[in-house]
This record gives sequence, structure tokens and C-alpha cells, in this order.
Amino acid sequence: MVERATPLGADFRPGSYGDFADGVGVTLSEPSTGTIVEATAWPGHEKALTAALGRGTGLSLALAPGAGAYRDAKAAAFNIGPGRFLVSGKDEGLVDDLARAVSLETGTITDLSHGRTALRIEGMATEWVLAKLFALDFSLDAFPVSAGRATAHHDFFVQIQRTGDHRFDLYVFRSFARAFAMALRHAAQDVGYAIK
Amino acid sequence: MLISCPHCGPRDLAEFSYQGDATRTRPEPASTDTKAWHDYVYTRPNPAGPHHEYWQHAGGCRAHLLIVRDTLSHEIHSVALARSANASGARA
Ligand SMILES: [Zn+2]
Repeated sequence: MVERATPLGADFRPGSYGDFADGVGVTLSEPSTGTIVEATAWPGHEKALTAALGRGTGLSLALAPGAGAYRDAKAAAFNIGPGRFLVSGKDEGLVDDLARAVSLETGTITDLSHGRTALRIEGMATEWVLAKLFALDFSLDAFPVSAGRATAHHDFFVQIQRTGDHRFDLYVFRSFARAFAMALRHAAQDVGYAIK
Repeated sequence: MLISCPHCGPRDLAEFSYQGDATRTRPEPASTDTKAWHDYVYTRPNPAGPHHEYWQHAGGCRAHLLIVRDTLSHEIHSVALARSANASGARA
């Protein structure tokens, strides 16, 4: 199978960077996402879409602003707006499973696998680094595991899901991914960071 | 300035874009009533006080919002999803 090229460029390569003399504060990586999809319900069909996405992904998904679900290395989904979800997974076949699960009467599935890039940030200083970029509360109380938020850093439109106590997955437009990774690296400079 | 998006909760102004005056009613597209079109495009009440306006949470949930903002104090009196506000006839 043809390997999808990373949009992050040759500069995004494994190693330790910044002020890492006392260890790295965060680790950056590009999780493998064979499928990234936006699912949108027709008005009045939000509940049906939520249930259908649950069937398609095997996740137990709730219909509430910012609610999400996550299964490590399998699938992830979170609410990004009224009746809208971002769904992703390791498997490229997931997009077909979702298209089968969501009927035309319920809503639409838009394949963004080539249009978005996921970046993962994890480590003890993760909240500190992200708080430099976004006007959001990243504390565990305000932003629980599996929850998602749609926000922006200047021109970067970013959809964020918390996938661990000290781990977030950030979805950005693929054409912005390299510049956004650079912004993330600048923000992580003072805590020291690793790319893996 | 914070705007409380009905979907996302309080968010920074930088995430929102202004979409225009929500008090105007667009004439029928086929209308040739130049007075009506002139009023629609140019005549603005420019109130000093509460003003109904459309905003979009462009850097967030991307919903279109109907906001009542005080033009003197910038206080946000109310925020509703434009779709439900218009459906319920809540428009100014
Ligand atoms: Zn919003």
C-alpha cells in the first residue's frame, strides 16, 4: 500500500529539542490516522447521528457539547459543534464503516483524511504549553479526558481532544500542519520537548 | 471581551467574527423596488444602546449567532443560535 506522506516536513524528526537539560516536558508525535471524518446531522437528527457513529466506531458516544469518546489506537470521536462530530481512527476502512452506519436521512459523512493532520502532545507540561496558544481552560476539571473543543490560535483553526490526563490530540488543516507544528515547537521550547 | 457561545460556553472575542446588522430584512431577490434596496444596504439606525447583530463562532463550533450587544458599553445582553432565534421569531 502507498504510504501517506507526512505534511510536517523533513524538519519534524525524532530527537530532543529546546531546554531539555532536566528532561523533556512534552513529547510531540503524529498519531497514525487512516481516517479523519466530519459527521453532520440534519436538523432534528442529532440523536440518530450520535447513535450511528457509536455503531460505526464501536465507541459509546453521548450527545452533548464537547462530549467525546476515545479508544487507544482504535477510534476517537468528539462533538465539534451543534450536530457535528469529528471522527478519526487508525484504520483507513473506518470511513466506509461510517458511511454505511450513517444513513442519508440522518446526516452526512465528509472524508477529511487527506485534509486534516493530527498532532499529539503529551507529558507533564502539556497544559502549560497549550495554554500559551489557546484561550481555553486545559485543567482536567474543565476539560476532561475524551472531551473535545474547537478553537483557534490566530489563523490556525484547531479541534482538540483530550485523550489522557496529560495528552491531547490536535487536528489542524493539513496545509497548516507544518506551520502549526512549528508554533507548537516554539511554545514547548522552554520546557524541553522530544519528537518521536 | 468574552462571548458566551450557546454551544461552547464563554470564549475569547478573537474566536468570533462579526456578520452584520441583524435588524434588516432583505427584500425579495427579484424585487426592483430601489427604495427598499437602498434602505436595506445603506439606511442604518446606528443605535446608542442595545443592538441586534449576527456573529459567527468562526474559530470554534462555527455556529451563526444572534447577539444583542450594547454599543455604548459592549455588554453582551443575549446570545442565541441564529437558526433557533430566527425560527422562533425572536429577531428584532
Ligand atoms: Zn461555539
